[in-house]
Amino acid sequence: MGWNLIRTWTLLVYLFMFLPVAVVVLLSFNASQFGSFPMTGFSLRWFIELSQNEAILRAFRTSIVLGLMTATISTTLGVLASLALVRYRVPGANVISTLLIAPILVPEVVLAVALLLFLNFMSINKSFTLLLAGHVIFTLPFVILVVQARLVSIRRDVEEAAMSLGASPRQTFFQITLPLMLPAVLAGALFAFTISFDDITGTLFWKPGGVETVPTQIFAMLRNSISPEINALGTVMILLTVGLPLLGLAIARSASTKRGS
Amino acid sequence: MSAVTLTDIVKRFGDFTAVHRMSLEIPEGSFLTLLGPSGCGKTTTLRMVAGLLDPTEGEIQIKGKHVTNVPIHKRNLGIVFQNYALFPHKTVADNVAFGLRYRDVSAEEAKRRVNEALELVQLPNVGDRYPKQLSGGQQQRIALARAIVIEPDVLLLDEPLSALDANLREDMRVELKRIQHRIGVTTIFVTHDQSEALAMSDQIVVMSDGRVEQVGPPEEVYNTPSSEFVANFLGASNILPATAGQASGDTLPIEVGGFGSIAIPRDRAPALNGSGKARLVVRAEKLLLTRPGDAPAGSISVDGTVETVDYQGQAVRYFVRVGDTQLQAINMIDGRPFNEGDSVAVSLRPRDCAALPEGT
Ligand SMILES: Nc1ncnc2c1ncn2[C@@H]1O[C@H](COP(=O)(O)OP(=O)(O)OP(=O)(O)O)[C@@H](O)[C@H]1O
Ligand SMILES: [Mg+2]
Repeated sequence: MGWNLIRTWTLLVYLFMFLPVAVVVLLSFNASQFGSFPMTGFSLRWFIELSQNEAILRAFRTSIVLGLMTATISTTLGVLASLALVRYRVPGANVISTLLIAPILVPEVVLAVALLLFLNFMSINKSFTLLLAGHVIFTLPFVILVVQARLVSIRRDVEEAAMSLGASPRQTFFQITLPLMLPAVLAGALFAFTISFDDITGTLFWKPGGVETVPTQIFAMLRNSISPEINALGTVMILLTVGLPLLGLAIARSASTKRGS
Repeated sequence: MSAVTLTDIVKRFGDFTAVHRMSLEIPEGSFLTLLGPSGCGKTTTLRMVAGLLDPTEGEIQIKGKHVTNVPIHKRNLGIVFQNYALFPHKTVADNVAFGLRYRDVSAEEAKRRVNEALELVQLPNVGDRYPKQLSGGQQQRIALARAIVIEPDVLLLDEPLSALDANLREDMRVELKRIQHRIGVTTIFVTHDQSEALAMSDQIVVMSDGRVEQVGPPEEVYNTPSSEFVANFLGASNILPATAGQASGDTLPIEVGGFGSIAIPRDRAPALNGSGKARLVVRAEKLLLTRPGDAPAGSISVDGTVETVDYQGQAVRYFVRVGDTQLQAINMIDGRPFNEGDSVAVSLRPRDCAALPEGT
């Protein structure tokens, strides 16, 4: 009896979470001109219109460039920071580690406002670079958490063995450490990309005038009317943000089966 | 010329001294074992030779060259770690070939040497596998192949057998010794297992609390311990309070409560200077229990009572009470073992005894 209740409850929770998403995906294939029920037929019309909407395409390009740059910078910084924290004795490592993780703990709005006020105080104008910096600060903790966890599990004696065989510390890093932590590095990069791609709160505060990312573009479009194009855009976003990590996972898994682990 | 020379090596971690002023010479081609209980500084010493730790004081020379300031990757050493430390993302062949990439070796030459090394460790057909696809013993052999393929100046082994189960450990022990003998590489072996040390070494360095207790060939360390610590650490010993007399000729009279005066050979008491208080060391295997009156000729015998019998297969370990001391005797089983409470004759031969100064 009790179990049945829990089961029903769980089901309801999941339904509540995923039903809206399913509705969006479903409606994106609706032929009707209103982005709502009833469905009048199946069509790709909204996807085609989407691909011809200059503003959306521009937002897409901005989001992808921003996401890729965020992922690259965050991952590089994250790997270096993790290496320093795990492999070298840095004075105050605990404090540094907490500071680096802090952006996840602080509510995003607070972080966004804080950075904005800081820029005001320094009389710096908003720019794409600053938006990028904001995204890096916000995604860095995720990269560090993932990479650090992996690095801790790489035994030090494997690296020592490489050095005893004649590899310099640099060669050891590229030959041994990096390949061993590659799955975590890729996962961190994917995280950074998807988080940046999805982000709206910080982006709304930080973006300079005239620059829109996909989420802020959707937000702007919603203010005028609910066009079915938005459903199509939502479907594309879901595909991207769910599909990419799954792809990453699949790659990591096939790499590790090859190794027989 | 010795292959490795340590001169007055000291290693401190903050206030704690892990190695106290250690000096050691390791002859070319020999197999030297650092033996001692956990925490006595064996790994610390080995890591200083490897270049993984900097000595706080002192000098290290390898083949006559000062290496104290030479980083590990320029020392040309082969290291085998306790947990193998194979590269999990490389095949066995690539693991073994790894060190050759950093040496002037052509591709064919490298291939030939990898095959040779794999054959030497008796695993010629696993080159294409990944380390995870090998058993622990096989992984350890690969780790050894990887370390010796570069023809190191010194081979360093830190408890390489301790992760293996008992049977495999004995096989690997023989195997390791065979390979070391075959290629003649100077080897420093770290273990806290005395039977490993006795079976494999040319020289044993017994360490305790960061100090060298005794250095010598296995028989010498075993038969003529230079301190109570060594006597206790290697095998089971009886250590009895005694009084040394004046040496006459090749023998030295030692007065032991219960046994009377025993004339031991002078060379079994090298650390004893002059007469006075001393300790008599008798190995448990050298103490023979017989029925009263059956004591062999030429040995000194006293009466005792068996208190505990610990049956060990081919041998039995007895605890016998003689007067007010309890002695330990390990005897091969010949016929029926004694039972608890039996009256026995406890006998020892003077030449099986060793003497130490008191308080060592
Ligand atoms: N990095 C370090 N910092 C502080 N103390 C250390 C460090 N490394 C080792 N020690 C201490 O030095 C002593 C010797 O350690 P070492 O690892 O050499 O012992 P060991 O003889 O190899 O013991 P085991 O048989 O357990 O491996 C130990 O008391 C240990 O706690
Ligand atoms: Mg150790």
